[in-house]
Amino acid sequence: MKRYSAMSLLRNALSHNRDWRPAWRNPEPKKSYDAIIVGGGGHGLATAYYLARDHGIRNVAVLEKGWIGGGNTGRNTTIVRSNYLWTEAALLYEKSMQLWEGLSQDLNYNVMFSQRGVYNLGHSLQDMRDIERRVNANRLNGIDAEVVSAAGVKRAIPCINTSPGARYPILGASLQRRAGVARHDAVAWGFARAADALGVDIIEQCEVTGIDVRGGQAVGVETTRGPIASNRIGVVVAGHASVLANMAGLRLPIESHPLQALVSEPIKPVLDTVVMSGAVHGYISQSDKGELVIGAGIDAYTGYGQRGSFPVIEHTLQAIIELFPVFSRVRMLRLWGGIVDVCPDACPIVSKTPVQGLYFNCGWGTGGFKSTPGSGWVFAHTMAHDEPHELNAPFSLDRFATGALIDEHGAAAVAH
Amino acid sequence: MLLIECPWCGPRAETEFSYGGEAGIVRPADPDALSDAEWADYLFFRANPRGAHRELWNHAAGCRRWFGVERDTVTYGIERSFVLNAADAGPDSDPDPASGSASGDVVQAVGSPGLEGRAGARTRQGE
Repeated sequence: MKRYSAMSLLRNALSHNRDWRPAWRNPEPKKSYDAIIVGGGGHGLATAYYLARDHGIRNVAVLEKGWIGGGNTGRNTTIVRSNYLWTEAALLYEKSMQLWEGLSQDLNYNVMFSQRGVYNLGHSLQDMRDIERRVNANRLNGIDAEVVSAAGVKRAIPCINTSPGARYPILGASLQRRAGVARHDAVAWGFARAADALGVDIIEQCEVTGIDVRGGQAVGVETTRGPIASNRIGVVVAGHASVLANMAGLRLPIESHPLQALVSEPIKPVLDTVVMSGAVHGYISQSDKGELVIGAGIDAYTGYGQRGSFPVIEHTLQAIIELFPVFSRVRMLRLWGGIVDVCPDACPIVSKTPVQGLYFNCGWGTGGFKSTPGSGWVFAHTMAHDEPHELNAPFSLDRFATGALIDEHGAAAVAH
Repeated sequence: MLLIECPWCGPRAETEFSYGGEAGIVRPADPDALSDAEWADYLFFRANPRGAHRELWNHAAGCRRWFGVERDTVTYGIERSFVLNAADAGPDSDPDPASGSASGDVVQAVGSPGLEGRAGARTRQGE
């Protein structure tokens, strides 16, 4: 891997940019690997990267049915935060946050992580009580958090409507200053490039069509590019988790829903932080290009179609206009949907399965992007040691039978 | 937006309905007899298929009745709506598992002659 630096920019400029190499190879799949990662999204690539870097397992294939960056990694609103209520979730997302803070250096790739802060608005007395509780819980877990008054919100975000006459008046907010946004494509490309440099084969246009299980042990996968053997298989396919589980004869407590987002035409800088509201259900930030990036809630019905219904978008934009009347005449430019894998307790499953050598990392639902590095980090540990790390041990598949759910529904700063 | 056919009110916009998830999940007759894993399967585990899906909808802003829909989860195309029987056990129904057929296929499609008698509804031609 040729390192990127100011010097490399200069050198390539002098040679008229003819000598740039592809960021990762395009290898033919081998007959077998020490480990296979199914799904070349951010989480899968991060898993491969940490397997190679931290656990010395470098004979790894990442199988992606489409192309790198074409799935949910490129279909989100790029928000990164760790202000979850329950300790198990907070520690997992905080691990991810710590990895984000050094990620550009680790990967030698600028993921444009911008810690511009995230405000979670409160619109009622109960919202504010929940915010105070969550902020205190975050602090006890060593996560930065503070309660901001309505006047404080107005000072930080002059264009927001804090008038008491609003339909859903803003009474205050929680603020995590270390939270922010990152460039989603760069995260996928950076992990792909760094994993490739450590020897990982990234195989695009390779769809897994079957999982071979013999005597309770996973031994390989069938793909559109032929069978590939491995007795260590990690499945990280987000919305399609149930489909892959089915191939191995497993069921999951997951339902796949469309989740939509949209961006506006580029406008001058107006919003230098991230604003989320669980009550009116909208979240918004402004990209470096000037587009307003707006996230909606999931569609109620299940779906694999990478698109949702317009009423959900309308509902979200009503909320955004309520919060920011100044945006009422901004035109929307693009709208897209991803398929999110929603768990009953709004927490992920990063776990061994009843099939030996088969591991699942799924159920991140609407909160997958922020957890990309942490998810890969704990999943790599789980696959390398055949045991979960203490950070993801609570997120096992069997918690649904034991009853040890981690109920982040509505508790995690935003409704899911 | 989905255009959903309520068996009693006819085709209406999706916003009039609320979603009830997978159809055909019957509450176990004797929960105490189940293992924790079996109970978890009933409570939380779902088929979540890619393709044809039998699911529950409630006409919340209309007649407020539950019914079933066969919908493709990839194209979102709706094949048909149907009146529930005991085996499709909606969230507010009180089925007797003993009388529900295992296949759960004793359904009446929208527009079938049986619908009027069963639902006591107006004929859809009149709308």
